[in-house]
Amino acid sequence: MHSFKAVFKRELKGYFATPIAYVFLVIFLFFAGYLTFRDGFYEIRQADMRAFFSNLPLLFVFMVPSTAMRLWAEERKSGSIEILLTLPVTIPQAVIGKFIAAWCFLGIALVLTFPVPLVVCYLGDPDEGLIISGYIGSFLLAGGFLAVGTFFSALSKNQVISFILSVVACGILVYAGMPTTLDYLSNILPAPAVSVIENMSIQMHFHSLLKGVIEFRDIAYFFILIIGWIAACSIILDERKAS
Amino acid sequence: MISVKELRRTFGPIVAVDDISFDVAKGEVLGFLGPNGAGKTTAMRMLACFLAPDSGTATVCGHDIIAEPVAVRESIGYLAENAPAYGEMTVAGFLNFICDARRIAGKAKKEALDRIVPMCAVGSVYHQTIDTLSKGYRRRVGLAQALIHDPDVLILDEPTDGLDPNQKHEVRLLINKMAKDKCIIVSTHILEEVEEVCTRTIIIASGKILVDSTPALLKEKYHCSLDEVFRKVTRTKKSA
Repeated sequence: MHSFKAVFKRELKGYFATPIAYVFLVIFLFFAGYLTFRDGFYEIRQADMRAFFSNLPLLFVFMVPSTAMRLWAEERKSGSIEILLTLPVTIPQAVIGKFIAAWCFLGIALVLTFPVPLVVCYLGDPDEGLIISGYIGSFLLAGGFLAVGTFFSALSKNQVISFILSVVACGILVYAGMPTTLDYLSNILPAPAVSVIENMSIQMHFHSLLKGVIEFRDIAYFFILIIGWIAACSIILDERKAS
Repeated sequence: MISVKELRRTFGPIVAVDDISFDVAKGEVLGFLGPNGAGKTTAMRMLACFLAPDSGTATVCGHDIIAEPVAVRESIGYLAENAPAYGEMTVAGFLNFICDARRIAGKAKKEALDRIVPMCAVGSVYHQTIDTLSKGYRRRVGLAQALIHDPDVLILDEPTDGLDPNQKHEVRLLINKMAKDKCIIVSTHILEEVEEVCTRTIIIASGKILVDSTPALLKEKYHCSLDEVFRKVTRTKKSA
């Protein structure tokens, strides 16, 4: 546990030791706000945060891989991985420590969007449960994308390559569940296959949480997604750490 | 304290380390010599449990490198080639992180830092970020992290590379000072260093051990300096 804690602490501090954290937070908060108000936050005259949450998958497709890309690619490129993995730290402890630190950082970014719910509460009488489940869904969404990004960060020493691969993989997870994609796929694939794709996409599970319904299958989906990609990251890291 | 048995590691078609076996006891300083690409770093990485061997094994302080890698890592201090570190951290932050990962806390941490900072002469750069340090200081920070838990076994991959003559001398004095209580493996290209600090030397080329002797015995056997011994041994291997 101490090894996990040490890695977690170092990683989280590492974000704030460089301008990375501040640049990320400013860009994220700007676009989160911009996309919310661009989509008629005031015009719909409803005290809810649908406009804010529904844009997060698109924003996260780019923002989360930018957080994840340095996690392992930088360690491998600078050689510091040789220090980390010759300390009494196992690969899963190191991977999970870094992942949780990055997830907490994304959690901080989500917490900093607090003015949006405050505005909603000031203007009307929103359903608090809907806002809370929306934030839970957003946090899980960030975790899912982060796990994908962590895997691709371990796959390549080059941060740009790992960023591009992560964006593509996260984009597929989002766009596979879009109504237009599903309509198109239903013309060329049998209905059960389309249903499988819809269930595997992040969109369906995220939107289910946005409706305020916290179902086991949606939570399980995100955890399986996270555990699967993290496990794959540990395996690939063990294979490639010295290359 | 270190027992290596038929250790072998390949990278695709390249055999980096080819069935090497040797033992190192407490009080010995083993100089690992060899041309570039001989397999020194790969062998050391396997002993430090960074790389897994393809076959064979080794025990460090009674712990098997394959079965008990965490126990091995707890009992060794390892300085990697080029002394990598986290550039964005300060020296203080980095050494604190190493203490945390090695479960050194509270009073023990303070004592460890009070001992290691003057020992490795990093006090003047203690609050500086590692990225801003010279090569010499970076290597000293690397040495400090390897020694902070006072390990029984030290594995140092080119510990004096990039240091000025004074710094080299200081590091050699430090190794000599620790030698009697520890088991130390040092890889180097500097043959005068072997004569100054090593009680035994192994010359390795193309992954195989060519010579396992003491520097004095080697000079006596070949009737020449260690430099010439190195050239003779490694060139014979190449031409063979």
